[in-house]
Order: sequence, then structure tokens, then C-alpha cells
Amino acid sequence: PSLYLGSISFIIGLSSPGNPKDDFQEELVIRPLHSGDIYASFQFRTVWETDFMRGNKVSHYRLFPKSLGQVISKFSVRELHISFTQGYWRTMQWGQPFQPSPPGAELWVWFQDSVTDVDGTWKELTNVLSGIFCASLNFIDSTNTVQPSASFKPLGIGNETDHRFLRYATLPREIVCTENLTPWKKLLPCGSKAGLAVLLKSEKLFHSSFHSQAVHIRPVCQDWQCKTTSWELRQTLNVVFDLHNSAQGKREWSLFKMFSRTLTEACPLASSSKIYIDITDNPQGEQFEVSPATPLLSQAVVLGDRRTFSVYDLTQQITFGTVRSLNLLIRWKSSEGDMLRPLLHAERYVAGYGLQTGEIHTLMYNNHPYRSFPVLLLDSVPWYLRLYIHTLTVTSKGKDNKPSYIHYQPSKDRLRPHLLEMLVQLPPNSVTEVTVQFERALLKWTEYTPDPNHGFYVGSSVISSLVPSIVAMDTNSTRERPLFSSFFPCKEESSYFVRVYTEPLLVNLPTPDFSMPYNVICLTCTVVAVGYGSLYNLLTRSFQIEEPSPGLAKRIANIIRKMRGVPPL
Amino acid sequence: CLSERRRGQLAALSIAAVVIIVGVPLWWRTTETYRAWLPVNQINELANLQLQLSADVEVVFARGTVTPEQQKKVPTQVVISLCLFCSSPLEADLSLHTLSESPCGSLVVYVIPESSTLLPEDVDVYIGQRRTALLRIGAQMRVGRTLEQLLAHLEPRIKQVLQVMSFSHTDITAALSDRVRLSPGNKESIADSMRAFKSSPGYEITFSLLNPDPKSHRVHWDIEGAVQTYIQPLLTKLAPLANFSIDSQTLYYAMLGVNPRYDSSRSAYTLNSDSLAHVINPVEARLGSNAASSNPVLNFLLYVPDAHHSPLHIHDHKKQEVLSNAFHSPRWGGIMVYNVNGFYGPEAVFPVDININMAKVMGVFLAQLRLLLGVQSSAPPPGFLVAPCSSTGLADWELDRLMWSRTVENVATATTTITSLAQLLDQIGNIVINDNIAQQVSSAVTSLQLAVAELEAGNLGFALQYSKEAILASERAFFDPSLLHLLYFPDDQKFAIYIPLFLPMCVPILLSLLKIVSEARQKRRERQAKKD
Repeated sequence: PSLYLGSISFIIGLSSPGNPKDDFQEELVIRPLHSGDIYASFQFRTVWETDFMRGNKVSHYRLFPKSLGQVISKFSVRELHISFTQGYWRTMQWGQPFQPSPPGAELWVWFQDSVTDVDGTWKELTNVLSGIFCASLNFIDSTNTVQPSASFKPLGIGNETDHRFLRYATLPREIVCTENLTPWKKLLPCGSKAGLAVLLKSEKLFHSSFHSQAVHIRPVCQDWQCKTTSWELRQTLNVVFDLHNSAQGKREWSLFKMFSRTLTEACPLASSSKIYIDITDNPQGEQFEVSPATPLLSQAVVLGDRRTFSVYDLTQQITFGTVRSLNLLIRWKSSEGDMLRPLLHAERYVAGYGLQTGEIHTLMYNNHPYRSFPVLLLDSVPWYLRLYIHTLTVTSKGKDNKPSYIHYQPSKDRLRPHLLEMLVQLPPNSVTEVTVQFERALLKWTEYTPDPNHGFYVGSSVISSLVPSIVAMDTNSTRERPLFSSFFPCKEESSYFVRVYTEPLLVNLPTPDFSMPYNVICLTCTVVAVGYGSLYNLLTRSFQIEEPSPGLAKRIANIIRKMRGVPPL
Repeated sequence: CLSERRRGQLAALSIAAVVIIVGVPLWWRTTETYRAWLPVNQINELANLQLQLSADVEVVFARGTVTPEQQKKVPTQVVISLCLFCSSPLEADLSLHTLSESPCGSLVVYVIPESSTLLPEDVDVYIGQRRTALLRIGAQMRVGRTLEQLLAHLEPRIKQVLQVMSFSHTDITAALSDRVRLSPGNKESIADSMRAFKSSPGYEITFSLLNPDPKSHRVHWDIEGAVQTYIQPLLTKLAPLANFSIDSQTLYYAMLGVNPRYDSSRSAYTLNSDSLAHVINPVEARLGSNAASSNPVLNFLLYVPDAHHSPLHIHDHKKQEVLSNAFHSPRWGGIMVYNVNGFYGPEAVFPVDININMAKVMGVFLAQLRLLLGVQSSAPPPGFLVAPCSSTGLADWELDRLMWSRTVENVATATTTITSLAQLLDQIGNIVINDNIAQQVSSAVTSLQLAVAELEAGNLGFALQYSKEAILASERAFFDPSLLHLLYFPDDQKFAIYIPLFLPMCVPILLSLLKIVSEARQKRRERQAKKD
């Protein structure tokens, strides 16, 4: 019976109505990590051949969500990238993620060059997005917004790279939870009713080591000639499950254990619906065993490496077998084998003591054995850490490493943050350290957060780089490829684009005792009153010289002298 | 010694003088909240506003309706020739329209002779598509009466025409019902007045196709063409009233909130009228709010039931099938159920492609849209004949009617907003009133006064324009965030902060002043004693 069903679905696949202008694809990549954790990456892509910029027109949405479409056309957005992340991606243990994102919320937007008041539009846009995603994006203002000059180039088509139309902001403190996931799921054409999205149960997703959900909107080419452009909405969700915590020591994994659901169908609106399992490190099945087995294998070049995947096509009824449900199972056999060290990673910390000054250290590791490559470091530091830019040092291998490009925009108190961008050449197999000293500012009492002793967050540094690739990268952007490997456009075969985020910093600022203002008022008033009182007395009292009465000793002496008959003193 | 005392007294007096002349005003100025001047008197005048609406009515007598003697007394030249070749009132209406273009809000009544064959036998008044009406003169009014008598005879009829074509007491009451508490009318009229959306400078119209079963039905609708053909002409006509924007979306796996009951006698699923109230809520969560504006949204949902729950019929209170299979929810929108089970046989291969008949759907939605926008088609009085709808779906006088009631509603809304803002600012002295708020309030008041004046003069178009401006300005002032800043700053805490400074400073000054006074009194008494 399964075969029979399969043939039916195949016929239907062919009989789709002529020339639909929008297309939806869904995909799940599962990669067993060497640490024993498991990395699941969901990708949902809606491509719509339309033009949002056609002025005031009637808009008719089918697969593309109406709310985002309205945002694009109202605010003349050219590209929008927003991510919400809970937890920190551990590059050294887990390798590179398919879509990097910093802890908290990150938003960067390229506006069309027709926008005249970019700052005003940006403010309105963040307010609207904060409503759509139920997040505190409305806290994005001029004090945490920067215009990077080189680090964030448009990922879609378009030649305009004037960074006046770019805005970048992070909220490292933003906590991501169910209320952000629900509106994110609502943007999917099938919601969470069918297809891969049924696995997105919040109680499991947030019980994990790392959770990141993102929305990327950009214009893309429809074909290799790039005659027509279409808009791409890419919704991604990356999650790392901790094996040891929830499996009670048993090294075994299944869809049901991860998501408390199994799959029974693809989203009927999706033109492709696939699950990929990364079996590169497991060619003969010595490390882990995947069941049910699939004959379909696929190779893809991703992040400078050729990977092999087992593919499960959910649009084929045969995938679901006789039980009509797919519950992938990974059973570990050995925990041996080592991971290829990621070529680039970075970390950051605050050094120093006391509440007056400090030093930010950023370490960038180039693990390539013989190639050096340049990286772009972007640091956006809030104004209340006053950077001493003359103390900026860049050293690698104990020697001074002079950046070939520095873009520094000093902060203005309560108006804008520091922006520091540098192009640094990382020598092979080295650690490059960037340090800069800062002074902690004293805030006004209304500027402190409700829990000021927790500290103040400083967003992650962003390191963007073209890392030399071991294998030839695929430069054809329109060829049919798995979604996870086609996010960053690739211009040349010899290198691939990587973005690495460091940890956000938590910095303590001098914090007053908040009952102080009243105490201070009382104390000052008392001091003023005492001073005033004595001055007033001095001015108004009249002074007279009075004959002082003789002291006790004198009186006693006089009594004695009287008794002796000697005249008194 | 005495001069020393004198110096002390002078010092105390001068310190007291400095405190009173410099200190108190300084303290007053620095702790004062900034409150810009508001036109309070004019706002108070608005609170008991008398609205007077006037509409221009031009009465034109056709040949044979007035005697030559009467004609002499008519001040202006009257139009005598009246479409000799017209065979139907519709043609007459059109030709009269080309004759004289009447401005927005005014009416032209053509009085035609009793013997005219233009109107059918039992029809006395014909209401055209424009701003014209044909009125058949009564039989007894033929000859031998003075012009005054003739006019007096016509007056009640013209009043009736005016009530149908411009405004009636009930319209205005309905428009004010949200703002002003009036004596409750009958239930029907309250329901009518609650149905239409409140006046707003713009509306968002959203058409949503709900397909709960994309596995079985692949539904296509040509919404773009349908909007162009059916909805856009009406909205173009309504453009002076408000801005409209239209969009549409398709929602998959969107369920209704209730499970329809299976009726085996009809072999169909039914939705009862009392369960309709629960249909909307779960769907609404999917509809999504409008990201681009804060105007009210009119939702029109087309629900295609899934294959297992087809066909689905809506039943009314009398358990009868509703012909249109649709219903509307006041101030929210409309829902139509579109059964597709007839499009395919039992052996169909799923999913089936289904094209929706947009003419049928849009007919229902257009009727609902008219209702929700408040285009009321109340039954005309007996003897009246109303011209059929034109292609735009809205006659000129219907638009006028809407504009009259919307203008009144706008004026009422803006007035209540402004008066309550003034009241609030009056009651809470701590609120800062910035210049821009004062400016908004002043411009709202000016626009309101202009709107009222234009209403009195009968210039409907200007009145609506001014009333819209008044609403915008008043809302901007009312919802300005700067009003909230210093809302909570209670007096007892202020005094707790002032006392440590003021008490120790004022006590010595007061004491020494008392001392000076008592000393002066003592001295005067001594002098008195010395004199005696």
C-alpha cells in the first residue's frame, strides 16, 4: 500500500497549476556533534516573484506573510535580518553554525535609497517589528544603533552599499521564549499544523543548550541571468540539544525524544520538504547508526567542507513506511573521532579591577596551519564605557599587528555608541589579541536598569571573514542546492564567508544606593540649615562685653586668701 | 549698644526681604511645571455645542405647474423645458444632471405637472442617482392658488425628500449615539447604529481566504481582478470620506471556532445563528493585525470548508438556510462560507484545483461592505421610487447622507476628546503642557468651529474636511506621550523633601520678626508712658 500511495503523490506533484509565482520549501538538517550533542537546523524559505516597491498598490498575499510584506513596502526595506537567540554558540565544541547569531536579539536592515529620513524610519520599523515578534525591539534607539561601514554587506542582489542606508543594533539582554516563537511560527504558510513545523514544540525547543530563531528577507535572483528578481523570506531555527542531560546516559536519539513528535506528512504547500542527516564523519556507520536507513545520499559543499548527507524526502509517501510516521533514530556506537578544528573563532572578556577603569580583550584565533587571512572586526560599545582609543593595541604572536583599515566613530553621551571597525590580517596558526581600555561612566539615576547590580551588557563583537576553503566552493547562486548551504552568497571558489560572534560582555558600573537621593537631600538641607543658622545668628544678634564671673579656682583661692587676710586676686 | 541692636534688626529684616523677594519667586519658578496656554473658554463653549445643519434645496417648477401669475412672483427665472423626449425617469434624471451640477450636500427638486407620464401611476416622488428628485404636484394644486399656498402645500413633501436624501433625525441620533447619551430608541435602530464602523480618517480592508484543508483543496481566487471590478469603484466614490487600502491573504489550516453539526435530513453540516458568535475568535488570531497603519480593519473572510465537513450551511434563527451563506459581525467584518464539494465527484483525486466564482463572493462582500460603512438603505416612504444603483454601487445622495452623518460624528468625537482633555489637564495640575500640545488643541478647536460654521452654511464638503482635521488634531493632542511624564508626583512627597530645608531656615526668620514686632510695640508703649 505504501508504494501505491507514493505513486499518487508523485502524480500530484506533477499536476501543480501553471506558473505559481510563489514557492515554499522546508528543510531540516540534523548534525550529530562530537560533543555528543545534536544540532538541528530548520529552514523555511518562501520565494515570491513580486515587487513591493511599486508604490501604493493593492497587495495580495498567498504564501508570503502579509504582516512582513506590509513592513517591507511601508518602510521601503531592502533587506531585513532579525534573530533571537538564547544561549551562546560554542564554536570550539560544535563547529560553525549554518546561520551565526549573537546571544539576545540582533537586527540589521538595509533601506532602499529612496528613504530620506532613515533614522525615523528605523525607529518606526523597530516598533512595528517589536509588535510582530513580541520582543523588546522598541528599546532599540540611537544609543545602540550603529552604521557599520564594511562588516554588514547586503546578502541579496543590489549594488548599493552606501552604509547611510544600513542600521545595525543588538539587544544582548533580550530573553527569547515561547512568546517569540509563536508569532514566528505564524509566519509559516502551514503554521505548525503540517510539515516540519509540527516538531516545533516550545517546551522541548527551549529545554536545550542553544536556541536561535531568525527571519531573513532579501531580494534574490530568480534565474542565473537575474532578469527577474523575487523576494526571499527565510525563516531559520537552530537548536542544540544536550544529550547527557535528557537521555539519562543512554546515547540514543530520535525525533520523538528531541521534539516529542514524529512526522507524518510534508506541508502540502511546500514544493520540497526534506530532512538531511550529516553522516560525513560516519561513512561506514562506525560512530552511529541511523534508522530507518535511506538510500538517498546527497553531497553539499558547506562552510568550506564537502559534507555527505542522508536525505529523507517527505513529499514521497514511501519515506513514512508502513506505519505512516517517520521517527528518525540515531544510536551512538562510539564516542571517538575528533572534529576538524574550526579555522576561525573568537572570544572576549573584560579585564581590570575596581569600578573606574577596565580593559576589553578580544582574542581571534586563526587555526589554519599555513594560510593567513584578513578579518573584519566590528565592535559596538555603549557610550557609558568611554573607550580610550589611544590605548588600542593589536598584537599577534607577540608582535604589533597594524590593522590595514580602521573606522572609528566616537560615542556621544546618551546619543550614540562607539563604533570600531578594523581590518586585521590574522597570521597562520596564531592568536591575535585586541585590547582597548575604557572608563566607566556614572549614569543619571533614571538611566539605571531595575537591577543595576546585575551589570550592563555589551553586545557581541562581530568578526566577518572570507576564510580559505579546502574544497572548491559553489559560486552559482541560482543552482538548486540544499537551503542550508545557500544562505551566504559565494563570489569565489577559494574562500567562503564566515561570521563569528563573541560572547557578550557583562560590565559592572558604579552603582549608587538608590535610597540616596532623599538622604542626600536631607543631609544637604541640614548642613545648609546649620550654616545658615549660624550666619543668621552672627548677623542679627548684638554682642556686648560682659564682666566675666571669676572661675571656681579663683573663687576658692580668694576665700582662702580672705581667711589668711591677704587681699584677693 | 542701641545701634548694635538696631543693626541686628535691620539685618533680620533685610534677610526676610531677600527671602521673600528673591527666594520665594526663584523657588516658584524653578519648581513650576510648564503649562502652555489653552483656549479654555472656547473649549467650554464647545461643551454645550448647538449643531445646526442646513442643506440647500433648489425647487424647480416645470411647465404647467405654475400659473403665469404665480410665475411672475417667483423671484428667479425657472427652468421650464423639461426633457420632452424622455420616456423614463432614469433618462430624465440623467439629462437633468447635465443641466445643472449641484454641489455636494445640496438637492434639486423638480416639480412636474400632475399629468406628466414620466412617473408611473402610483409614484409621486422619484429619487434619482444624483442629487435630484422629481416631485409630482398634487391634483388640487392646479389653479387659482397663490404662490405661498403652493409652496406651503409642497413643503411637507420636500421635507420628506430631504429626509430620504440628506439626513433625518434618526441618522443624526445614530451618528451621535456613541458620544452623546440620548433617550434609547427601539432595539432595531440601536443595532443599526452599532453595525457601522466608527468614523475614521482611513480604513484597511482585508480579504482573507481561509482554506483549512490544503491537502484536498487547492483553491484559487482572482482577488486582484475582483477588487478592481467590484470594490474599487465604490471606494473611489467614497474617497472624499476616507482613505481606503485593500489587501488580501490566504490562510491555510485556519479553523472555525465551532464544530458544525451534521444534519442528516439535509445531509449537510449546519452552523446555527447562535453559534456564529464563537466562530471569529480563533480565526482572528491568525488574521494578524495591520503592521502598516493604525486604522480600523474591515475583515472579509471567505471560508472554504474542508472535504470532511462539506457542505456547510449557515442557519438563521428560524432554522432556515441563509441564502447567501454569509453573515457579518458589527464593526468587524463579514464571513462567507463557500462550499466546493459540488465541484468534484466522489472519485476525485485530491488535491483538486478549485477556481472561486468571484462575482458571487464579491456580491455578498459588497453588500456587507455597504452595511459596515454605514450606507443605509432604509425603506423609502410610500409613494417614493428610488432609482436603481448605478455601476459604482452608490448614488450621489447616498454619499451625501453618509457625509452628513460622518461629519456630525466627527464633530461630536473631536468635541468630546478636546473637552475631556481640557478637563483632565484642569484636574491634574502636575501635567506638563508643551507648546505643541497647545498648538494641536488650538488647531482642533479652530477646525471644529469652522466645521460647525460650514455645517450651518450648508457646505458639506468643507465641513467634512474640517471635521476630519479636528479629529486628527484632537487625537494627536490627547495621545501625546509627553502628557504622561510627570503625572505622578504627589504633594506629600514634595513636602517631605522641602521640610528639612524650609523649616530650619524659616523658624529663625519668623522668630526674629516676632521679636522685632514685640520690641517695637514695647518701645511705643514706653514712649506713650513717657509722654503721659
